[in-house]
Amino acid sequence: MFKKGWGATLLGAAAALALVGSAIAQQPLKIAFVYVSPVGDAGWTYQHDLGRKAIEKQFGNKIATKYVENVPEGADAERVIRELAASGHTLVFTTSFGYMNPTIKVAKAFPKVHFEHSTGYKRDKNVGTYNARFYEGRYLAGIVAGKMSKSGVAGYVAAFPIPEVLQGINAFTRGMQSVSPKGQVRVIWVNSWYDPGREREAAMTLISQGADVLMQHTDSTAPVQAAEEKGVYAIGYHSDMSKYGPKAHLTASTHDWSGFYAKMVGDALAGKAQPSNVWGGIKEGMVKMAPMNAAVPKDVRDMVAKAEADIAAGKLHPFAGPVKDQSGKERVPAGKSMPDDQLAVMDYYVEGVQGQLPKK
Amino acid sequence: MMDALVPILVATLAAGTPLVFAALGELVVEKSGVLNLGVEGMMLCGAIAGFAATVASGSIWIGVLAGMAAGAATALVFAVLTLTLQANQVAAGLALSIFGVGLSAFVGKPFESVALPSPQAFGIPGLADIPLLGPVLFAQQPLVYLSWVLFGLVSWFLYRTRPGLVLRAVGESPTSANAIGYPVIGIRYLATLFGGAMAGVGGAYLSVIYTPMWVESMTAGRGWIALALVVFATWRPGRVLVGAYLFGGVTIAQFFAQGAGAAIASQLLSSLPYLATIVVLVLISRNPTVIRLNAPVSLGKSYHPDG
Repeated sequence: MFKKGWGATLLGAAAALALVGSAIAQQPLKIAFVYVSPVGDAGWTYQHDLGRKAIEKQFGNKIATKYVENVPEGADAERVIRELAASGHTLVFTTSFGYMNPTIKVAKAFPKVHFEHSTGYKRDKNVGTYNARFYEGRYLAGIVAGKMSKSGVAGYVAAFPIPEVLQGINAFTRGMQSVSPKGQVRVIWVNSWYDPGREREAAMTLISQGADVLMQHTDSTAPVQAAEEKGVYAIGYHSDMSKYGPKAHLTASTHDWSGFYAKMVGDALAGKAQPSNVWGGIKEGMVKMAPMNAAVPKDVRDMVAKAEADIAAGKLHPFAGPVKDQSGKERVPAGKSMPDDQLAVMDYYVEGVQGQLPKK
Repeated sequence: MMDALVPILVATLAAGTPLVFAALGELVVEKSGVLNLGVEGMMLCGAIAGFAATVASGSIWIGVLAGMAAGAATALVFAVLTLTLQANQVAAGLALSIFGVGLSAFVGKPFESVALPSPQAFGIPGLADIPLLGPVLFAQQPLVYLSWVLFGLVSWFLYRTRPGLVLRAVGESPTSANAIGYPVIGIRYLATLFGGAMAGVGGAYLSVIYTPMWVESMTAGRGWIALALVVFATWRPGRVLVGAYLFGGVTIAQFFAQGAGAAIASQLLSSLPYLATIVVLVLISRNPTVIRLNAPVSLGKSYHPDG
């Protein structure tokens, strides 16, 4: 009796499993996103989440998306990514540089899951990378700063001295100097991507040292708020931050991932997704400028629009030679533009940046 | 030179103020013989409660009061555990810190990336116009002035009043204080609640006035620094004040050094405030006799009236 009962249960379980199996085949494609900070309503993660919402809208019930926010880089990230891969997600986007090694590691254990890692450089059979040419937006922001600054000094609140951030500082400086040859950029490193207290202290320091336009490469809106409070200008980053500084916020250099996400999801639904290796910029629509403040005059807007069109058309490169670093050493000769492999390892300030880069 | 100095000093006082509140509160707690290691957790609870109340009410002062209440409520949990239930103070304090970090992060979820307007500084008429001293000392946030009032009150209370003497006696020898009829547990309850309330104000200052923004774990170790300040300042209010401003000053000065173009690794600069504060306080307070005189003898020991 006892044995018979078990046999029936097992049979029933097997039948149930078969049913579930066939149901999975018709279920929506499960897509997961791993975010390093809370989504909030501005910043790096917010932009990725806009992309997630865009694909949800576009693909409707053909896909089901899920996100995990505020995942610290490191051991926790590996656990979260592993869990997402194990729970049937076929496409996993990991959206912070520090997720690179955990992503690669988990990907080896789940060869059927497709991973896409943002801003990294390690790829595998089932791991692609995608990134944006943020420096193109920085160059345009530099033009705005150069035209709007009265003191000729711009302040830059920066997170960590890695190539991506240095590309931004240098492109911003070159953009500023393209319209204001004597323009200077002062940099303060806060050693954090997201720490409003320190970002605010750094912004206040820069303002008291004469900067009247602030640029930031950190996540919070604290620098824009500090500028608003002190009556100077600021240029936002990641998102349009104008509501945090209606008078101060001139424009923002923003990212748009929706096009890339839509392409990846379309490919995955068609069953032909390949690991990508994307580094898109203004041309691909990945980098966009936020609407300009009313304080920005028409000639400046036109100037930015022209530079934007030229960058998209490949006629203008923010690092077109001659590019000299602070010591006067020529990094790119006249007539050439900096190649991508050289951009990717940038570890110096160009002429026009004040102070020296801290040694590692 | 003067022009460069004023913003540094103004920012120094602003950065040191949360430490002044939290450390002076903890000083009173420790003087009564209770060691509450939960300052970081109490500050965070104060920070989120203050922020939420300010967002809801639009008033900074309601926010500060809410922060004070939240800090005291968190301290009450600690007091019940250690004073009534006789739990180990070190373990309960550490647990309170970890609990406060988690609870504030959970409660604060909807407030991530909500921004408050920056409150205006309040210049004291007449005094704010004195060159150098005016803008530094008398054109600050009202809470900065209140932190000085608190400093005066705590110094006066501990060393010039009878209840202050009783509180210190409870911290030195609870058995003797009990023998002559003082309610040891009651006094320790009051001191612990006061410490929690002040930590809560320090937290609310950070989230409502200083940043003004709520971020998970935004106190960034300031609660621990406040604890260290009390010990390294050998339980003396004046030195706590010096230590708090030293910490604030080095924090701000390293940004100025960077902005001025000093080529020192920013990671090293970031660690300087912690290092400098502790080294200086250890140096000025290295006399062992003075330490023995000021340290509450029964610090951290549970007390029960029946022995």
